[in-house]
Amino acid sequence: MATVYVNGKPVDIGNEKLNLIQAAQKAGVLIPHYCWHPALTVVASCRMCLVEVGERKPDGSVAMQPKVVPACQTPAKDGTIIVTNSAKAVFAQQQTLEGLLLNHPLDCPVCDKAGECLLQDYTYDFGRATSRMIDDKFAPPNKPNIGADIALFTDRCIKCSRCVRFTREISGTAELMFVARGEHEEIDIFPGEPCNNKLAGNVVDLCPVGALCSKDFLYKHRVWNLKTQKSVCADCSTGCSIWLDANKSIVYRLRPRYNPQAQGHFMCDDGRLGYHYVNSIERFLRPMARRDGRLTPLPWTEMVPAIRRAFQNAAQKEAASVVGVLSPFLTCEEAYLIAKFLKGLSNQVRLALGPVPIVGEDDTYPKDRHGRPIQPVKFTIRAEKCPNRRGVEEILRHFQGEIISFNDVVRDAAEGRVQAMYLAAGYPPRPGGWVSEMQAQMIQRVPLVVCHDLLPSPVSNFAHYVLPSASWAEKEGTFINHAGLAQALYWGAVPAGEIRTDGQVFLDLLERRGLLHAATLRKELAAEVPYFAPLAERDLGEYGILLEKKTAEAGVN
Amino acid sequence: MAEFEPVLLRRIVRKASPWLDAYRADGGYRALHKGVHEMTPAQVVEVVKASGLRGRGGAGFPTGLKWTFLPKDHPGPIYMCINADESEPCTFNNRILMEEDPHQVLEGIILSCYATRASTAYVYLRYEYGRSYRVLQQAIDELYNHNLLGRNILGKDFHLDIYLHRGAGAYICGEETGLIESLEGKRGWPRIKPPFPAVEGAFRKPTVVNNIETVACVTHIIDRGADWFKSIGVPPDPKNPRDVGSYGPKLYCISGHVNKPGCVELPLGVTLRELVDKHGGGVWKGRKAKGAIPGGISMGIMTEAEFDTPLDFAGPGKVGCLGLGTAAVTVFDEETSIVDVVYNICRFFAHESCGQCTPCREGTGWMLKIMDRMRRGQGRLEDLKILEEVGDNMGIIPGTTICGLADGAGWPVKNAIRKFRAEFEQYIRGAKKGRSLELVKTH
Repeated sequence: MATVYVNGKPVDIGNEKLNLIQAAQKAGVLIPHYCWHPALTVVASCRMCLVEVGERKPDGSVAMQPKVVPACQTPAKDGTIIVTNSAKAVFAQQQTLEGLLLNHPLDCPVCDKAGECLLQDYTYDFGRATSRMIDDKFAPPNKPNIGADIALFTDRCIKCSRCVRFTREISGTAELMFVARGEHEEIDIFPGEPCNNKLAGNVVDLCPVGALCSKDFLYKHRVWNLKTQKSVCADCSTGCSIWLDANKSIVYRLRPRYNPQAQGHFMCDDGRLGYHYVNSIERFLRPMARRDGRLTPLPWTEMVPAIRRAFQNAAQKEAASVVGVLSPFLTCEEAYLIAKFLKGLSNQVRLALGPVPIVGEDDTYPKDRHGRPIQPVKFTIRAEKCPNRRGVEEILRHFQGEIISFNDVVRDAAEGRVQAMYLAAGYPPRPGGWVSEMQAQMIQRVPLVVCHDLLPSPVSNFAHYVLPSASWAEKEGTFINHAGLAQALYWGAVPAGEIRTDGQVFLDLLERRGLLHAATLRKELAAEVPYFAPLAERDLGEYGILLEKKTAEAGVN
Repeated sequence: MAEFEPVLLRRIVRKASPWLDAYRADGGYRALHKGVHEMTPAQVVEVVKASGLRGRGGAGFPTGLKWTFLPKDHPGPIYMCINADESEPCTFNNRILMEEDPHQVLEGIILSCYATRASTAYVYLRYEYGRSYRVLQQAIDELYNHNLLGRNILGKDFHLDIYLHRGAGAYICGEETGLIESLEGKRGWPRIKPPFPAVEGAFRKPTVVNNIETVACVTHIIDRGADWFKSIGVPPDPKNPRDVGSYGPKLYCISGHVNKPGCVELPLGVTLRELVDKHGGGVWKGRKAKGAIPGGISMGIMTEAEFDTPLDFAGPGKVGCLGLGTAAVTVFDEETSIVDVVYNICRFFAHESCGQCTPCREGTGWMLKIMDRMRRGQGRLEDLKILEEVGDNMGIIPGTTICGLADGAGWPVKNAIRKFRAEFEQYIRGAKKGRSLELVKTH
């Protein structure tokens, strides 16, 4: 057991190997830092984290080091004394901040980072109010095309080298580098080789100032107007924990949220930029029924009873010919409710797993310069491009013991053995779509098709009922990632138009009262399905709950 | 005191041939035979340690002690890096050694590698030293042909390869960890310590970094013994327990406003005045000296009144300089403006700061901007305070940077302001606004 003294306050740091920044954090003291990041190597070059350090000997005497030291580079040991508020440490921090601001353009009013900028925050907390430099600032030209999705505002850079280290250590692609020396130093790329790897967007999050900006978000919104919500990325089965930033129900950006059980500190650009369909104007906005071959709006109050009745009739005629298709984009709660509704009609009703989009193979990082993956793996973009296949499968397994594939159902439909089909789809757009034209033609032979989806598809062109689905950003629930990690999803935006969340529609179909409340349903689910039992007691917390003993084989950093 | 007989420059002053046959005829590689055949590596280290040899590169760290920091019984490989990135302004002693007597240097390298059990030595040459590169390479080829390099040197179980590596012209690559990074093919950014190079250096293996002149001294220490070496120079100051003495011959480079610039070999402890008047031929044009830089510009400035200071490892420190440095004396005469001197120094460091640590990267640039403005007649008296404060707060002495470049950048500035404050103030007050005094354009 090691005890460190932070500004005179003793803190037990246990047996963890911590540096002084982390040790001080345990005591609730912020040591300002730029270049240090827990996932990257230590370079101790920004010199923002200078503190006074000493040692308390067992006999109680105190020996302080004569100079300030960088906290990021100094390991915390038993008896280490950290002083962050002495005159010497404060002066060193002030000097460093004054240096950082010498050539900084102070263009906060037009800077994307303003409001969440560490240079602003630390200057406010630790710096001086004025600069003593009266000479011209050095203003190198910007590099708007340093990457397809990132722009470099060269003069804002404080040369912390986080981005450079990220591309070398995590993505391994090493596009970014420093050129020139001294105060003329700049971040740059090799000509013609822009920073376009699939993890490139992370350098924007890593940048403590507004030097590297996401072109997707550039000049879109002031960050203090954004509502930030905890969420889970739905783009692949890694299930990265994210922050979802939205305002007035428009999603503006996604940022990774640290989760050691899921993905670590980062997220990929596929997921980061893959949210645009949420704001798409092509989405279904109201429930529609087909009348005389044309889709016409029908209020939910009429729609839900109509569908319920139609499926009850079909089940009464021949229960085995009623089919529900549950897409792997449903939350566990939604899958549970729709399964409960359909199986409630008759136990003969068949439930199938919707198409699971697989694109290529798992993509691991770091890579070498030739794009070949190298060990140890620090980040994985999975080929399985859906967030909740495992959760939906477990529901299906519970309700009917076996998992029927989508292709089987489509074949049955082509052979005329399906009389009614409920497609709980909710698929985001993807090249080729979730259902092919040929499959759609086969499904067209089904006399009753309900398509519950986000966007038009070959099926919605002929479906008898088309229900608007809510995207993952607009609902709450639980996703189970590839490794069996249950993570909670929260409302990040209110769905547009007359869209109701899928779960709410299923509740209505079940004739259950009230509004959807994920935590209550999760409890019910946990009581009924043994696989989900660990979720009964508490909420899922920041990092989620691992439902399987097998730890994530994905490298977590 | 009898006239000092040059040791390191012995063959150079009489313009002897630099090649192997001539060097051997003059008793060359006697020390190597002695070392390899009669002594164990540990004994060689002991002799060097006993000689009190201190590194000639600038910091003056005891060489034998440095060698003992290597981990014992390391399975290897251990690397030897020879620092020939002689980039301190006005320093040119390594160049003379490499170009005129390469085998003296190579013998020292081989002996040092024998002592440290290093299997590979890299000579990191500054790019500008093209001739040194060619001469050394030719000398190395000669050694390979005579089985003094390669496998089983002198029939013993001792293998060594020496590679020359040319830098790309960066001052910072003379810093030992910057040198190692550059050698590995990376950007020459000094590393954070610990781990020190002796534990984890080049290619993450134990590494010793020594200066060319240091290894040249090793040759003679093994040849003539530690006692001979200790008979030259200055014993430690009994009043200063941290002083370990300054022994041995030293190459002093004299440049600037003197009649006879050049490189002379003298025992450590010669005074600056003797160096300038006797060996440099006095200040040029019959003028008086205003001051001098005792050992490369990063060490600070001595005024004329301080010229009686002995130039040993402890001497310059007594008059407020950082240390002996490379013992490259640059004299400036009374006509020189101290503002120009400091401006030029700032220009050098702003150009050479590697840009890693904030205080140095921004501080050197800021000091240059202030000095540039001062020379354009826009100086303010408070600028002197800023210069002093900035100079005081960068470097490893206050703990704000990784390497010592920032100490060297700040030291001469605050030194000059302290010693020549009246002249600075007079310059600022008397400046005509708007005049331009470009020495050379800033980069």
